[in-house]
Amino acid sequence: MPHRTFLAFILPSIVAMLLFIATPIVSIVVQSLYIQHDKILVMSETCQPLGGCVKETRVDSEATEKIRREQPLGKFNGFGIYEDHNHLAFLDIGNIVSANAGFFEKVSRLYDLPFYRALVFTLTYALTVTPLAMCLGFVIALAVNAVPKFIKGPVIFFSLLPMVVTPLIGSLVVFWMINAEGILGAAIQHITNNPDLSLKASPTMTWITLICYGIWTNAPFSFIVFYSGLQTVPSDTMESAMIDGASRFQRVRFVILPTLLPLAVFVTLVQLMDNFRVLEPIIGFNAAANATSLSYSIYTALNNQSAQLFSSAAATSVLTITGVIILLTPILIRTAREFGFRT
Amino acid sequence: MKITLKTLLLAGAMAMASTMAHADCGIKSGSVRILSNDFAALKVVAAAAEECASATVKITKNQTAEHKNLQVPALTANPAEYTIAMVANNSVVPLLSGGLIRPLDDLVAKYGKDLQPNQLIKIDGKVMAVAFMANSQHLFYRKDMLAKAGIAAPKTYEDVLAAAKTLQDKGVVKYPLGAADKAGWDLAAEFVNMYLGYGGEFFEPGSAKLAINNEKGKATLATMLALTKFMSPDYLTYGADELNKDYQGGKIAISNNWGSLAGAAVDPKVATADVVANTVFAGAPTVGGGTTPAAALWWDGFSIAKNISDEDADASFQAMMHGTAPEIAAKNPQAATWLIKGYKPGPTAAGVIDTATGGAKPYPMVPYMGLLHTALSTGLADFIKGSQDADKAMAGVEAAYNAAAKEGGFLK
Repeated sequence: MPHRTFLAFILPSIVAMLLFIATPIVSIVVQSLYIQHDKILVMSETCQPLGGCVKETRVDSEATEKIRREQPLGKFNGFGIYEDHNHLAFLDIGNIVSANAGFFEKVSRLYDLPFYRALVFTLTYALTVTPLAMCLGFVIALAVNAVPKFIKGPVIFFSLLPMVVTPLIGSLVVFWMINAEGILGAAIQHITNNPDLSLKASPTMTWITLICYGIWTNAPFSFIVFYSGLQTVPSDTMESAMIDGASRFQRVRFVILPTLLPLAVFVTLVQLMDNFRVLEPIIGFNAAANATSLSYSIYTALNNQSAQLFSSAAATSVLTITGVIILLTPILIRTAREFGFRT
Repeated sequence: MKITLKTLLLAGAMAMASTMAHADCGIKSGSVRILSNDFAALKVVAAAAEECASATVKITKNQTAEHKNLQVPALTANPAEYTIAMVANNSVVPLLSGGLIRPLDDLVAKYGKDLQPNQLIKIDGKVMAVAFMANSQHLFYRKDMLAKAGIAAPKTYEDVLAAAKTLQDKGVVKYPLGAADKAGWDLAAEFVNMYLGYGGEFFEPGSAKLAINNEKGKATLATMLALTKFMSPDYLTYGADELNKDYQGGKIAISNNWGSLAGAAVDPKVATADVVANTVFAGAPTVGGGTTPAAALWWDGFSIAKNISDEDADASFQAMMHGTAPEIAAKNPQAATWLIKGYKPGPTAAGVIDTATGGAKPYPMVPYMGLLHTALSTGLADFIKGSQDADKAMAGVEAAYNAAAKEGGFLK
């Protein structure tokens, strides 16, 4: 293909990528370096229906707006936001590490820092849900592939249902089901013979619940990709394996798995990115007391009762992107090697 | 024959629809666009305001719990996306800080003949919002359960704790207490309530410097934690609405919940017969020997956007005067504790009125309160589930608040 034709061919994609991927990323990086201007505070008299009148501080909106108009981006703060208590908290870490305390006490204090707490759950979630959901999806694909043709359609449809349900709605439904009064909650109490057992009270139970929910909702994606992959497994290789006396397990291990490996890499990439930005189950399960994620930190920065903390949200977003890159790098390097590129 | 009947019915329906839609609000023309939170009383007000719609007056509304996130960007636009923002103590503050709402003195003088002086929220003498209802958290309790255990009506949180122990010991109810302790906004609101009851100050006077890390703050946390021992183990996932469902189902003897949910708590359509017959609404209890009820007082009202035409502002104010007219309060006495003229409080308003007359303090309107509320909402979760001590929780809240206040430009 001549260079000009090639350029014309991919130009729309490049423009779209610049506009919708590169520009927003640049914009959040810039945003995260600025904080709001110092507010001009004045004392004013506030009279309310039932509390009477009090002298309170108030923002002088005109004076503050004037400063903002002159420098709309805000006050330059460098990497201040990244370093503060709500993000990487370097100062706090320094204090904790140099503190005169036992190892476990130090770990527990580190875990009290909001960013690291969110990071620990996010990583645990992404790194457990991704492989387990893929395994489950693969097993479902093998099973569906083995069912008789005439019921395949309906079985595929039902296996895909968890993906059809919006994560927020799905988690809300399950939230009420695992309530102590709900059908699942009551059943589990009955089975374990422990009337005080609650899936929502302890951090461990909450994490297990969220991870199980994640596996349930993520498995169909792996299933459908692996199922379509199974259709491409060469039948002559399978037959010769059978003639050689390979058992069903050996056929899966030595024929199917190697064929599906490139697909598995693709699914891992997509699912890791997906799971790293876990948010809806935390909200649906009201689980913020026991589990927060990086996306949840962004959500609370933008969703609070006073003005939005855009710089905080931007900084956490940049850190999330960095996290995704770090997570995906090993897989990408591996793939590049496998396909014969030199890195 | 059939066609005539259909036409007749249709004509009748259309006539009815048009009479319903045309209340005479005295508005000549204009566009009224309402943004509000989403609960029963506000729905009543917005629906009544919508009756003012006519050929020349267009009225739209957006009622959502997300209103706090929508309002600032929506009212910053010029012309503003909404003409009316229904607000409360907390949500009016960002609008004031941004200079996004207009003084209402001239409109009050022109159209506010039914308003009472205590409905007006004045900042430096200028009316910036008009309140139409009061709200607070207070006790909902079951007199039958208390009677069974031989307990008198609780007046203090110490009474509540003692009553809970007796109720549990005598096997009247498994988890006698309930509070909206859901990690997040609700949990922070519980702290604010209790801390006000202990007589605490949130900030150093005239500055954004936090002042909750003291004996009163720690006493507040200790009492909150003591109460959770008598709650369902799922208490950290219970917001106000979830709590009310459990109360309606008769699972709780003493619940601390919002006045605006009192009507729903004893609604015979959803609550069990025992709950409907035996619920008492009482003011928020005092705590630690203090005399101030441990609950913040709230008002709900409306403000008018600055970035709109005077015509739309007039139309909006008139529509809201219709929406909060005395007959609306008279027709819906269960919906809220109205501040509207001529309102006769019913039994569901008793809790809020008790709390207010008991001298409860209003939720602070200082501009950095929202940041503290957010810091509390995430910082107290570990403490209230019992896995962190009070000192660490307080230090965490303080650090989170300081970082946010610095970002917001309130602290250097």
